[in-house]
Amino acid sequence: MSLKIQNLEVKAQNELIIKGVSLEIKPGEIVALMGPNGSGKSSLANALAGNPIYPPVGGQASIDGKNLLNLKPNERAKLGLFLAWQNPPAVSGVSVESLLRMAVLNCRQRRCRTVCAFRQELNREAVKLKINKSWLNRGINVGFSGGEKKKLELLQLLLLKPKYAVLDEIDSGLDIDSLKLLAKINQPRLGILLITHYTRIFQYLKPNKVLVMKQGRIAASGGRELIKKIEKDGYGKFN
Amino acid sequence: MESLIKQISKTKHEPKWMLELRLEGLKNFQKMPLPNWGPDLTAIDFGKINYFIKPAQETKRDWSQVPQKTKEIFAKLGIPQAERRVLSGVGAQWNSGIVYQSLKEKLKKQGVIFAPMDEAIKQYPDLIRPYFMKAIAVDNNKFSALHAAVWSGGVFVYLPEGVKIKQPLEGYFWLNLKQGGQFEHTIIIAEEGSELTYIEGCSAPVYSQNSLHVGCVEVFVKEKARVKFSTIQNWSKNVVNLGMKRAIIEKAGVMEWVSAALGSQITMSYPASILKGDGAKAGHLSLSLAGQGQELDTGGQIIHLGENTSGTIISKSICQNGGRTAYRGLVKMIKGAKKAKASVSCDSLILGKKSRAATFPAMEIDESDVVALHEAKTGKISEEELFYLMSRGLSETEATSLIINGFCEAVVKNLPLEYAVEINRLIDFYAEHSKN
Repeated sequence: MSLKIQNLEVKAQNELIIKGVSLEIKPGEIVALMGPNGSGKSSLANALAGNPIYPPVGGQASIDGKNLLNLKPNERAKLGLFLAWQNPPAVSGVSVESLLRMAVLNCRQRRCRTVCAFRQELNREAVKLKINKSWLNRGINVGFSGGEKKKLELLQLLLLKPKYAVLDEIDSGLDIDSLKLLAKINQPRLGILLITHYTRIFQYLKPNKVLVMKQGRIAASGGRELIKKIEKDGYGKFN
Repeated sequence: MESLIKQISKTKHEPKWMLELRLEGLKNFQKMPLPNWGPDLTAIDFGKINYFIKPAQETKRDWSQVPQKTKEIFAKLGIPQAERRVLSGVGAQWNSGIVYQSLKEKLKKQGVIFAPMDEAIKQYPDLIRPYFMKAIAVDNNKFSALHAAVWSGGVFVYLPEGVKIKQPLEGYFWLNLKQGGQFEHTIIIAEEGSELTYIEGCSAPVYSQNSLHVGCVEVFVKEKARVKFSTIQNWSKNVVNLGMKRAIIEKAGVMEWVSAALGSQITMSYPASILKGDGAKAGHLSLSLAGQGQELDTGGQIIHLGENTSGTIISKSICQNGGRTAYRGLVKMIKGAKKAKASVSCDSLILGKKSRAATFPAMEIDESDVVALHEAKTGKISEEELFYLMSRGLSETEATSLIINGFCEAVVKNLPLEYAVEINRLIDFYAEHSKN
């Protein structure tokens, strides 16, 4: 049981940007993926979720033994993969609630029995994240601040209950109070790939493993001791 | 044709001024050219159109007397709870005559007139005469002239001062004969401080030959009155629909037009609001969905004459599988329309390689102390939005449908509920075939 990536190669606009990455996340594990801008972290996240702009050209990726790479994005979501977007797009006229209702119907094994039960659950999770109820009827990501959009991503994660979540810079845009909310998503069986620039987030989500990515490759891997090294020296010393 | 018009007028026992108006219409129709812009109308064979179909049945006022066949057609058209709605006060047009007309006692007591136009002309000629073809001039264009010459049917609504009707008044009408031309004329007069929501819906079964529909709607919004007029146009795919709608709004009056165009082969429709009095307001919301073989040329006109007038146009159009849409709008502010405000936003969504969307916004502004904003967007469904929704487990079709629904939402949420069902069904179809 794991989210497993082996020698994955990904192209974007015909250029190889992920050059043979391997990693594994077991249920309940948090794997931090760090690295400078442009190192390929977000591209990896997008390729995993099935963004057609980032086609895989080599290697493998699987969830609990099931091959991901030949599946459509929605089929990957149904297998239990969730991507919290770095910059989620606004979809005007599509309310947070209506999107989530369809998403829950499609993704979750344990569905809400009634619309009413769904609403109750949605409101409950929204309260946890200090999300104003009025947001739920607004167009998704339309006119929300960067931090508010991140909270909406977290809300979707809580509702969809995935097995593995890729959090792509979930901390950028979140203020200190909101960062603390991240602890709420940490459930015993959830495997997390935590993509970040900053080490501050590790106070709330403690990684079991730390990977450093540079120029499309894993340049270093280790335990939490790597975090201190990065804080002290930056990424310059990894090759 | 002149003898036909004289015959129509005679059959309907019309006053003399009406016959004169018809003949003036005919004279103008014969000398005026087809519009030299917009969709190609040269295929219309005016000689082949049936301008007047005499109704076989007498006007019915009691639902139980309405022929079973008519009820079945109501059911087939999927008009939800038609019976209940009809019973609560609907004038429905069957071909060119009224088969059903039911008026609530309450409305009668308030002095409201809600009657078929043919009857109203006979009963209230002096009330109607100062308004008939006054918002839309007989010689406005070739089709307004044709309409004046051969109009038949439609609805007359009169709201006395201060009367506010909370429940919408509804008029369903449709045509069902080969070569049937429909030229219904609807007038709404809302006296000072009155309020009304009027819902007009049309639906047509399929024909083998082209049909022409040129209806006219004239709305007179007096001081501080409010009128909301909702239309759904769902003619079969061989109807040419050239309806005209125009409102004149007096001081502090409010007019709202909400229109959805789904059907027809060609539609040209540009509801107009003339903001005559100071502080008058107009809102135009429109949605056009054009599929294969359809050309929907829609928009709106707002003319600012008074000071502090404000107008908003929101237009959404979607073309799919070779369908064509165009937004054609005009905002005009005359010298002296100080502090006038106008905002126009027109968005088009293009689905499929062969579909086309065009935008022709015009602003004519002769006063400097005004604010006029215009915003236009044309594009395809964003790949990023599609991937975002798919990453939440939605299939490509579900995601496309959600995006299209979201695109229309600003207009659809203002439409009566039963229309939304029909629109959603069409949107799902578009979503499934969005690559065509």
